[in-house]
Amino acid sequence: MKKLLKPGLLIPIAFIVALALLPQFSANKDSTREAMFTLIMSIALASSLNIILGYTGYVSFGHIVFFGVGGYAGFWAITVLGWHILPAALLGGLVAAVIAYLLGVAVLRLRGAYFALATIGILEAMKALVVNLDFLGGPIGMEMHFSEYKRYGGPMSSLWMIFWSMVIVAIIVIVVSYYIKNSKFGLGLMAIREDEDAAEVMGVMAPNAKTWAYVLSAIFPGIIGVLFFFKNGNIEPGDAFRLQFSIEWIVMIMLGGAGTVLGPVLGGGVYQQLRKSLLTSPLFKDYQLAVAGVILLVIVLFIPTGVIGWLRTRSAKLRRVFE
Amino acid sequence: MILQVKNVTKRFGGLTAVNNVSFDLKEGEILGLIGPNGAGKTTLFNCINGVYAPTEGKIIFNGKDITGAPTYRSARLGLSRTHQVVRPLNELTVLENAVVGACYGREHMKLGPAREKALEVLEFVGLIDRAELLAGTLNVAQKKRLEMARALSAHPHLLLLDEVLAGLNTAEVASMLDTIRKIREQGITIIMIEHIMQAVMSLSDRMIVLNYGSLIAEGTPEEVSQNPEVIEAYLGDPDLAARLLEEEKA
Repeated sequence: MKKLLKPGLLIPIAFIVALALLPQFSANKDSTREAMFTLIMSIALASSLNIILGYTGYVSFGHIVFFGVGGYAGFWAITVLGWHILPAALLGGLVAAVIAYLLGVAVLRLRGAYFALATIGILEAMKALVVNLDFLGGPIGMEMHFSEYKRYGGPMSSLWMIFWSMVIVAIIVIVVSYYIKNSKFGLGLMAIREDEDAAEVMGVMAPNAKTWAYVLSAIFPGIIGVLFFFKNGNIEPGDAFRLQFSIEWIVMIMLGGAGTVLGPVLGGGVYQQLRKSLLTSPLFKDYQLAVAGVILLVIVLFIPTGVIGWLRTRSAKLRRVFE
Repeated sequence: MILQVKNVTKRFGGLTAVNNVSFDLKEGEILGLIGPNGAGKTTLFNCINGVYAPTEGKIIFNGKDITGAPTYRSARLGLSRTHQVVRPLNELTVLENAVVGACYGREHMKLGPAREKALEVLEFVGLIDRAELLAGTLNVAQKKRLEMARALSAHPHLLLLDEVLAGLNTAEVASMLDTIRKIREQGITIIMIEHIMQAVMSLSDRMIVLNYGSLIAEGTPEEVSQNPEVIEAYLGDPDLAARLLEEEKA
């Protein structure tokens, strides 16, 4: 319990709670809520990816595949089987986890660039598979009937319910991320990141540890996919498996600091805010991705540890506050 | 017998790096492993702890057949090693490096006790002042000590030391030798690869000599140093020294 009251955990949670409460104090509640939903979702997704990318050092480029398969599984359960959103979201997480486990056993043998490329291959393969599965709507995808929201007290209260579910999932992701970082398991992951062979010589069971890290980093995107597409009311392969999104998660992580708990939270928030202002500015609206590319380049060249990583190297005091 | 190496051969394509090597190791012994550059010493270490699976032969550790077992399994059973070319976990602190060893080594400790053990070992190898520094910032001598600290915090039965003295200055060598003696006093069996003859001769109970992958001599340091085959391996010609002396006189 004492572990849960450390600043390293409290700061990111306070940040998310603050964002979540923002709509209550806003003149335009609904649009603020939608903006905060996107922001908190980005934070949760980036923090999930950080488990395999930041802690373990494996760059999962096509990580959105878990968002997609989870989303599809949950959406299918809701529309076809008539499930409630809650078990459907858990199903999405479970399906993502099982797929991550099976893929992990095979693909995590690859290292460095080969692994990164393989994850893109998996993403494209999964997209091609879904496009050809008729029961998932093929290339057109699936739609949810509007009446589905009645069950949760109408569209408006559904939107709020999804929003608060998203906040809760984000907080759980942070707690999990923090706990991993401060556990023996997490230490093993970081040893793998630094030198996998040396870690194994010291007794770290790398194949196992990597697979579980991959599974943990896949569960939450699976759950979040269900929430997102339920809110959207439809799901199609193009949205569910868009490579560009997972690349943006990587930018968020690198911006805030890979391998830190707070980094992806901060990076996700800042990047999403920046993206929003770029998309709404007449000058930059078509160049939003180019700007993301430039940011990534600048970070990798000048502060490869990200903002939080850089602050952590500054002083021991900051190291104790920021995890 | 803590370790039995039985007819181990390792081939890389057409190159036989280790050729039909056998030896036994008693508990508590320090075994010196010497030989010219490229004799296959490190490859033999790699076969023992599982970095490579031997092409032929068997490795028996504490009665268990660990031939071809992955390195993490042999580490778990109590076989630790250091690397000739140091491999620190750069972005982790010195303490965390040692904690990894304690957490995942033979005793598989929890994080709390592992930390205690790691601190104790860092004190022992003389890195306690640098515990909170990132491992990447250490100098070579300190990194060698860190390799040792990581291996020791696993509390191994058998420790493989791969040229821990190489690249150290005279004072550093002396203090490292002292450390190795103290490790033996803790009852840990050691195999050490070393090029500094004086050092390895003074420490070893027994020595084995590899040349072109084959075991050419085995015995006490005195026996080995007088073995003509060993002298030939190192100097090229066993009579060379004698001839040179005669020429000097003439």
